[in-house]
Amino acid sequence: MLQTNLKHITTEQEFRDTLKNNEQVMVCCGRMGPMCIPVYGVMEELEGEYGNVAFRDMEFDGPIGHLIRTLPECSSFRGLPFTVYFKNGKVVKATSSIQTRDQVTGILDQHFSVKQHGHKHL
Amino acid sequence: MDTNIFDAIVIGAGPAGLTAGMYLARAKARTLILNDGTAGGQMVLTHEIANYPGVESISGYQLATIMRNQAKHFGCTIRTNVKITELDLDGEMKSVEVNGKDRYGARTIILAPGGRSRTLGVPGEDRLKGKGISYCATCDGDFFQDKDIIVVGGGNSALEEAVSLTKYARSVTIVHQFDHFQAFPHAIEEAQANPKIRFVMESRIAEFIGDEALERVRIEHIPTQQLTETPIDGVFVFIGYMPNTESLRGKVALTDSGEIVVSSLLETNVPGVFAAGDATTKRFRQITTAVADGTVSALAAMEYLRTAAAPDARTVIAAQEEMVV
Repeated sequence: MLQTNLKHITTEQEFRDTLKNNEQVMVCCGRMGPMCIPVYGVMEELEGEYGNVAFRDMEFDGPIGHLIRTLPECSSFRGLPFTVYFKNGKVVKATSSIQTRDQVTGILDQHFSVKQHGHKHL
Repeated sequence: MDTNIFDAIVIGAGPAGLTAGMYLARAKARTLILNDGTAGGQMVLTHEIANYPGVESISGYQLATIMRNQAKHFGCTIRTNVKITELDLDGEMKSVEVNGKDRYGARTIILAPGGRSRTLGVPGEDRLKGKGISYCATCDGDFFQDKDIIVVGGGNSALEEAVSLTKYARSVTIVHQFDHFQAFPHAIEEAQANPKIRFVMESRIAEFIGDEALERVRIEHIPTQQLTETPIDGVFVFIGYMPNTESLRGKVALTDSGEIVVSSLLETNVPGVFAAGDATTKRFRQITTAVADGTVSALAAMEYLRTAAAPDARTVIAAQEEMVV
């Protein structure tokens, strides 16, 4: 189990339901490693700012990690984590390896609809 | 009181910054910690820490989480993943602008920005990061099962990780810019004894080539400037760290390599501004030395507040003695 404050996707049904029930989804598929942890941290912070995006994580080596690993958009990836952005169930963007907050918000702002400003307590 | 005015601002949330925050907050100083990434700094890059006193074994992530929780528990306000857009260290009241809009003030500032992995800065590197170029062997090594890879560097990290990567790779070629290694003798001997490892000395990667993923590298033999192109599946880069001090140039004294110049009390050349951790001029960079820096800088900052700051600030830090137990 990933030690993050994000909601974890652990079954194929959860994965399908997440894509079905949320128009915009960001899934970070990784391990508790140095390239992955910063991305989880960014996602945890953005949950309070992008209320219309579902932020989820998934274990890269878990039983359903293949759902992300085998996506055509990830076929050339050789660096953790694999981060995939879904809109209406379709992949609109995927990245490999560590990403900064600016890189993540750049993708969210480009591919997803207008963000909803939430309030994040310090 | 204005909610944006603190007694102390710590820039950086690695072990140095978090420790400084703990000591300041525990002494009742209103303390803000700002960090441009996730809390923990380089510490989270370490899978297992076995030489942190008092703890037999812990992951860098776990230790960072504990330190962050401790700092918050003592009362620090922590903002992570923020971008510092303006920094004014002159005068009695220093100020920091974050994300181009939020401005914070304090009479003392501790700079603990840490460092980051050095990159090669050659064509193709940014585009192919994560698509054949990696900076973490334990993260990405298993993507290169039975593949041919290159490790760039000649220090301990490069040689030790090269040996580690032979668990996966068919061959590992170490490319190093000098004719000798900087690593410890035992690391060199271990690499030289490994039949999967070969060495290309006095050479550098000049370009990464590939469409969707890395396919080839262009290697320059430095003395002759001769270029050769080699098909390759992956390249791991371990060429050391650089301090995150670009934005501090012209604001505090830095060495030519960008390290913050500090006194034994971790004072910079600017009154009221202290520095701690890997970004300072020091010989040994360990979590334990960063923690020690955090402690010293916080105590020195509190002393500065007590002796040099305006009278109303002195009452705020009157409890300093309580923290030394």
